[in-house]
Amino acid sequence: MTSTANPPAKSLEVGAPRRAPSRFILLGSLILAFLALVAIAAPLIAPHDPESVDVHRVLGAPDLQHPFGSDVLGRDVASRIIYGLRASLLVSVSAVLASLILAVPLGLLAGYFGRWVDSTISRTLDLILVFPAMLLAVTFIAILGPGSVIAALAIAVIYLPILARVMRTSTLIVARNDYVAGSRARGASHLRVLVTHVAPNAFGPVIVQASVLSAFALQLEAGLSFLGLGTQPPTPSLGGMLADGREVLIQAPWVEIFPGLVIVIAVLGFTFLGEGLRRIFDPRGVGE
Amino acid sequence: MSRQLGFILRRLLLTIPMLFVMSVVVFLIIRLVPGDPVRTMLGFRATDANVAELRHRLGLDQSLLDQYLGWAGALLRGDLGKDIVSHAPLAQLLAQRLPVTFELTGLSMLLAVLVGVPLGVRAATGGRWVKRLTEAFVIFGISVPDFWLGIMLVLIFAGTLVILPPSGYVPFATDPVGNLRYMVLPVLTLATGEAAYILRTTRGAVGSVMNRPFITFLRAKGIGTRRIIFGHALRNAGPSIVTVIGIQVGVLLGGAIIIETMFALPGVGRLVVTGINQRNYPTVQVGILAIATIFIVVSLITDLIVAWLDPRVADGGGT
Amino acid sequence: MSAILSLDNVGVRFNAAGAAPPAPAVDGVSLQLHRGEIFGIVGESGSGKSTLANAVMGLLPANAAVSGSIRINDREVVGLDDEALRSMRGDEVSMIFQDPTASLDPTWPVGDQIAETIRAHYPVTAREAKARAIALMGEVGIADAAARYSDVPHRFSGGQRQRIVIAAALANNPQLLVADEPTTALDVTIQAQVLQLIDKLRRDHGTTVLLITHDLGVVSMICDRVGVMYGGKLLETATTEALFANPAHPYTRALFAANPAGAPRGARLPVIPAEWSVESLRDAELLRAAIGAANG
Repeated sequence: MTSTANPPAKSLEVGAPRRAPSRFILLGSLILAFLALVAIAAPLIAPHDPESVDVHRVLGAPDLQHPFGSDVLGRDVASRIIYGLRASLLVSVSAVLASLILAVPLGLLAGYFGRWVDSTISRTLDLILVFPAMLLAVTFIAILGPGSVIAALAIAVIYLPILARVMRTSTLIVARNDYVAGSRARGASHLRVLVTHVAPNAFGPVIVQASVLSAFALQLEAGLSFLGLGTQPPTPSLGGMLADGREVLIQAPWVEIFPGLVIVIAVLGFTFLGEGLRRIFDPRGVGE
Repeated sequence: MSRQLGFILRRLLLTIPMLFVMSVVVFLIIRLVPGDPVRTMLGFRATDANVAELRHRLGLDQSLLDQYLGWAGALLRGDLGKDIVSHAPLAQLLAQRLPVTFELTGLSMLLAVLVGVPLGVRAATGGRWVKRLTEAFVIFGISVPDFWLGIMLVLIFAGTLVILPPSGYVPFATDPVGNLRYMVLPVLTLATGEAAYILRTTRGAVGSVMNRPFITFLRAKGIGTRRIIFGHALRNAGPSIVTVIGIQVGVLLGGAIIIETMFALPGVGRLVVTGINQRNYPTVQVGILAIATIFIVVSLITDLIVAWLDPRVADGGGT
Repeated sequence: MSAILSLDNVGVRFNAAGAAPPAPAVDGVSLQLHRGEIFGIVGESGSGKSTLANAVMGLLPANAAVSGSIRINDREVVGLDDEALRSMRGDEVSMIFQDPTASLDPTWPVGDQIAETIRAHYPVTAREAKARAIALMGEVGIADAAARYSDVPHRFSGGQRQRIVIAAALANNPQLLVADEPTTALDVTIQAQVLQLIDKLRRDHGTTVLLITHDLGVVSMICDRVGVMYGGKLLETATTEALFANPAHPYTRALFAANPAGAPRGARLPVIPAEWSVESLRDAELLRAAIGAANG
């Protein structure tokens, strides 16, 4: 690939694209697409019923029938991983999306109007940052009880201030441009300016951040499930499998190793995607 | 000097509303539980009399404002209430458990900084191979979940090579060597991920400073490379690095919740998790309060250090 | 007559990876600086004057190839190893740059930034270095130097910062000072002050100064001799009076003509287009002369 820039039709203002999609995006997208496919097609792909107990196969080593072995109740690890991946991806992606839906308008308003609007929004959201992420999630669960929906809600709230702040920063930069002032001078309403000029151009960095945060959301969800506070049994969850695997670590390490590896791969997928997106949409690092 | 003093005061003052809001949120925990928290705590076999008695003892039958004032007042006096299950005074419980969490978090951050900062400097200023190796370490450290790494470490060092204990704890005062043996795996677990973050931040910050024009003038003055990197670049990169360390302490505290549970360390994090499972709300509140307070205090200290490193911050400017 | 700085057919090429080698940034420059003089190099952006200055200091990036000979105090600098270069910089030869704010570490007290130059080259105690730094600050005109020693750069004005930069550069009494557009980033009113400071220091310490600038006004103020650069080449060298009175080279003449200070009010300034080469200017000149002669 040559290094001459080939900007796509829409140039994303804050970080104008400089080069064609990198290996990062390719790799990250491939990994994620593959995992997403697996998760969506779970009922079709999973070789066995993830919850079917088989006392003859307790802690069975990996073989052709059960590529990742069996756990303490004789359940097929591979199938449980597939369904667990589904649960994890569902929780983390929906949490980040929900957070984005709120964060983008809040960030736009704060960055565009400034002054007391900005102060109010920013100060309020900063209050959330007073709590470390895991602690806030645990607090939510303490109040509302464990479960994947609560976990998703908690994660969405945790990442709201971060995404809103990134959106606010890039809005600030974009709104300073002359074409925004020019549009206002021609009589465009604030709403019109926001929707047609500011938002499309300020969008880049927050998308990058959302991808990166998805990686963390996945880990957070896994951590909560590990503690028994997230996705509840009997629904398989990757974190839950890691907790179960501890008990039989020495006799049957595969129960512990494979779910962990899948988490690592999923996290890598999001991270690479985020890094690749960053090179396109946020080379100046607005979202750091 | 007075300008700096003003900044310190303002920053200290800012801590108060933070602590207040946090205390309100914690206060509301038990009061936001859907249904009747008291009945949930006592279980099926509770009689109405039991429920009423506990509700009165916890002050839940008063107005919300009275409740908060009473609770906050008791807090400031040092009366943190009692654990529902064991009836032990929570202040005592906390006093036993805090040192464990401090030791875990403190040692982990220390190790992470001792490894991450020098490697980060090398990554910013070194050759191709150093850059590649550190990049691999960063990706590994950030992607691997703490608890899985912990379990793998247990598999290797406690399962296969039986040289370290897989879990357990003994206080430092009782048995220093034993205490450290129990701490090795938990600290390594947390410190690895942490070191990766700190390495990445240091690398970025130092790299970015080395590209700035004043570095050229330093070379024109004939200042040696070592001095430029450690006396100037690191100093200018300091605020960014310290800021990230402050944020990461929060992440560490969160991670400690899981790691303490995993390694059976009697810390505050494990207290909270056990409390949640037992519906032991007063204990959960106290635990969350303690951890959140630690984080707010650490953030304060971090901001003050950053202002000390970069005098422009105190004057309202910045990097 | 001892030449402090002696350039002999100096050339600088930047290697761009893969692409065809571009034109040299500096091409066949030869000149000699005598002790105590202020030699100005004037030229427009891209003429290679800054590159030349950096070459003298050995501060070019890794992809630059330097040919020819650069001798400072009769010592060959081209190809010298890093440590030898480092020990010369700040001690025998110093350089100051255009933007004083960008030259100073924003987190260090200014006095320490002067003192560190001394301690990097001489085994003095911190106290001795500090005393000398305070003296230097006074010499460059910072009022209340002792009290202001510990202030950070952003507490000073732009002009003061440049004075501090000069103090740091001259801390060890270098024989040669390279000044790359030292007043360009400053207010016009401050420019004259800083230039006069450089002149005064030159007279007090016998420093030789190589002054890079694009501004003919600066040249006329303090330079003894001037060299004109264009496209990497040194077109002509003369004393300041001679150059102003009677510029020999057509490009120099065009430069004077384009100078706003010299133009009559209301006149449109001639522009020197980028695609004009020095040769074409010379041809145009000859053509005009020929037409003039033909017309009587």
